[in-house]
This record gives sequence, structure tokens and C-alpha cells, in this order.
Amino acid sequence: MSEKTKNPPAGKKDEGLRVPWLLSVEYQYAAGQFATRFFQELRDNGRIWGVRCPGCQRVYIPPRPVCGICAGKTGEWVEVGDEGVIVGCTVVNVPFIDPMTGEQRPVPYGFAIIRLDGASTALYHFLEETDPKKLGVGKRVKAVFRPERKGTLLDIKHFRLLD
Amino acid sequence: MPHKVGIVATGQTKHTAKRTDINLRELITEAVTRALDDAGLRMSDIDAVMLGNMEPFEGFMLPELWSVEGWGGLGKPAMKFNTGGTVGTSTAIAAYYFAASGIYDTILAVGFEKQSEGHTQTAITTVGDPLWERTMMAGAIGNFAVMASTYVHESGVTEEHAAKIAVKSRRNACNNEYAHLQMPNLTVEEVLASPYLAYPVRRLDFCPQSDGACALVLATEAKAKKLAPQPAWIKAVATAHEQQYMGDSPRRLADMRSQRAASQRVYKACGISDPVRDLDVAEIYEVATYAELAMYENLGFCAPGQSGKLIDHGVTTMSGQLPVNPSGGVLATNCIGATAMIRVAEAALQIMGKAGKRQVPGAKLALATGYGGNAWTDALILGRE
Repeated sequence: MSEKTKNPPAGKKDEGLRVPWLLSVEYQYAAGQFATRFFQELRDNGRIWGVRCPGCQRVYIPPRPVCGICAGKTGEWVEVGDEGVIVGCTVVNVPFIDPMTGEQRPVPYGFAIIRLDGASTALYHFLEETDPKKLGVGKRVKAVFRPERKGTLLDIKHFRLLD
Repeated sequence: MPHKVGIVATGQTKHTAKRTDINLRELITEAVTRALDDAGLRMSDIDAVMLGNMEPFEGFMLPELWSVEGWGGLGKPAMKFNTGGTVGTSTAIAAYYFAASGIYDTILAVGFEKQSEGHTQTAITTVGDPLWERTMMAGAIGNFAVMASTYVHESGVTEEHAAKIAVKSRRNACNNEYAHLQMPNLTVEEVLASPYLAYPVRRLDFCPQSDGACALVLATEAKAKKLAPQPAWIKAVATAHEQQYMGDSPRRLADMRSQRAASQRVYKACGISDPVRDLDVAEIYEVATYAELAMYENLGFCAPGQSGKLIDHGVTTMSGQLPVNPSGGVLATNCIGATAMIRVAEAALQIMGKAGKRQVPGAKLALATGYGGNAWTDALILGRE
């Protein structure tokens, strides 16, 4: 009998072997017809557009083909303002890997959910201000556009507090 | 008419930050073995298996395939669910559907997650739309902080109210042998001294990341009566979804459409008109203190703007009229694929009278919820009858 039937010695308790695996993958997402038009307008003309639902009259940003509430096709494009109101806001302090770059984003940074004038829904974006005491729900903000724009949401650098 | 279905057994691991001693498959085996032992069953008695897990956290495609021997399902009918924070309740509800329809009699449901093996907040960020949301949101924390700021503004709840929720949860967790964060001496002052992760959310306002698994055994009426002296009968289930983008429902915590819809549906099915009076206990899915306060309103536990008073008066503490999260809840344990199922398991233990030191005496009717993904809600009512 050359076959060994004895069990191998048991490891110490909690002596778990761990195996690292690094994932670094690039994805390429199609923006779709509505977002493509939105981002072209943002890049070329610095203007912000939504679409209106002919049923409930909501003006949607992000623009989209179907209103979820009416379950019907959206219709005309409507230009909205580059100013709006803060619906919710925060200043992020927690170290965080930006999945768009794989780099840790500098903290603190302000971000808010902003309803642009003329829109029914709201948009996520960065805030210039990083002092939570100066921010607040209901405060008005204005988009700061980058001089060179590429056709992404970051063509708006951030939103600046008004007054 | 759906068949009557009861939960007859539960199994949980001891939830903790890192289970480096075992792998995901072995973690699943622990919970499944405990549930089968609790029911006095073997895998050969199980007709079908429902699994819940969120693949991006561990980076396993088809974890159900990789772990099949862990849950004992080789050759059995099985399905996997992957719905974010609600995954555990979705999986339990799916098991209920299969039993209630009469397709299978005895079903095993398993939820599992090893948060320590991947990068939780980066994975959560992929919930966001890459064009519109991912760049800003800092995982679940930033996202919740934005929603919490709206709720604070509209409801008038204070940091002290939130801190009281944090203390309640971590102290309740001391009565739960499976809970991750057990902090018997935690005080409101300590919560208020913890740093802001993202204003207004402090470190102790937010849930931990846990490794853990949970399993349930469900059975149709005749089987259930043989397997358990007091099954936890599933009285009603509901699931409700939200619109696609975070900004579509910008007052998301203040106006939780999905939570209102799902809870109203199960209340109506059970004839519940005043949940604080009619329910005996609730196990709800609250990833942050402010979420629990907002949920008090959205689940109908209080009028708008009154959630702070509810915790001030101790209504939701263990000695109150409606104890919420005797287990410690998500603020004490969050192993995402298992978390919502733990709500169901804990509600079932209360109904079965098997909740040990965290038992609400004489609990007859319990609510369990799941919440997450993009603000989706699941709700279940369990009862003795």
C-alpha cells in the first residue's frame, strides 16, 4: 500500500489562506439616442435639454424614450435652465475609489441632487462648496461649464451656490 | 387560491466583518446545515432551492454553480435572484410563490455574501447609471447622505434622533448571537462624536459590511404542521419598484413610493389599519439611522414629521408598543445577499417563539421588509395563524 490515507495536518484555527485577484476591466457603454442628443447639445452649445411626457407633462432629465409613470412615449424636447435648486446635498469625507477612473477621489467633495429650472426630475452633480454649513436644501445653484467640452456630464464642472 | 405556506426553520452564520477561515461555499454550508438541522430534514427532503447573492461583490459569475455542493442542490430545481438590497426578500418571496402555487412542497431559500472578499462601495456604485450618476455617488454612503439631507430638512429630525436609533440597534444586537456589531455600552454621545462619512451621516449612523449567510425552509400547510410546532405562516407578500434614475424620485427617503406601495399592499391583505397597534414586531431593512426614521413614516408607523417623537417615546424599542429590529437590524449586520432574508428569518423566529433573548413576548404578527437596489421595497407579513 503506497497510497497515503492519513489526513493532512489541520491548519491552526482562523489560519485562512487568502488569494488576491485584481480586476481591471474597461467597459464601453452605448449612450443611446436620447443621451447622445443631450450630450451633443451640452458639448456644442452649452445648453441643457429634457423631454416632456405628453401624458403627465413631466419634463425628464435624463431624457428618455418612455415615461415610467404613464408607460407611454415621451414627446418634445424642452430646454431647461442652467440654474436650479438643491433637493438634497452632502459633503463626502469617506475615501472612495472612483469607478470611472480607478483612482481615489480627493475628499472632501460636495455633491447634490439638483432640480434645474423647468425640469420635473433632478440631476446628480458636484458642488463647488465643501462646507456643509454653507450648503442646504432649497438653496439655488448655477452650472459652471468647462471651456472645453467633451460630451459628458462633466462638461459641467460643478454647480456654484448663488447669493 | 394560493396554498398556505409557512416558514418552518431558519439557519444563520455568526455574522462578522471577515470570515477568513472559510470560503463562500463553506459559509453557505454553515447556514444551510443549521436550517436543515432546525427542520430535522436532509437535502433529499428538499424539493427546490432558491438562492440570493449579488455577484459584483465577490466577483463570482454564477456563484450558484460554483457553490452548488455548498447548498446541496446538485440536480435539484434551483433559481438565483440578484436584486440588490432586496435580494434576500426577493429570494424568500420566490420560494413562497413556488410553494403557494403548489409546484413544490418543501423549499430551501439561501442568501449569502462575503463583503470582505471584494470592494463593496465600488460595486454598489455600479448600481448608478454610468453616464449620469456613477461619477458623483460615493457608493451607498454618499447616495444615502444626499437622501438623508432632504429627509432631515423636511421632517425636522435631529442628529440626536438618529443617534438614538444607532444606540437601539447596536444594543439590541447584543441579544442576538448572530449579529455582527454588538455594542452594549454605546451612547448617543459616542454616536455624535463619530466622524461624518458624508454629511449628515456619521460613521455610527451607517451599517457595517459583513460576511454572512442565512437559510430558510418553507413548506406547504400539511408538511409545515409536521415539521414545526408553530410555523411562521406567510400571510402576505409584496414587491414594488422605483423609476430608473435617482433623481426621478429626488425626495427618495422623504417620499418612498415603493415602500408606501409595498407596505400598504400587505397591510390591506391582512386587514392591518394601524400597524403600530396591529403588528407585534417589525424587522426592517434600514442601512442608515435616517433611513429607519424615514421608514417609520413610510411604513405608516407615524404621521409625517413624527418619526423623531416615535424614538423619543421609545415606541420602537424592545419595551415599546412596536419593537423594530430586535435583532439589531441592518445597522448591526449587513451581508447584502443575506440581509433581507435575515429580516424574514428574524421575523419568523419571533412568530415561532424561538427568538431567545430578543423574543418579543407573545408575538403573533410580524412585518419584514427588504429595501435597496434603486429604492425598491419588498414586504412580508408573517403570523401565527
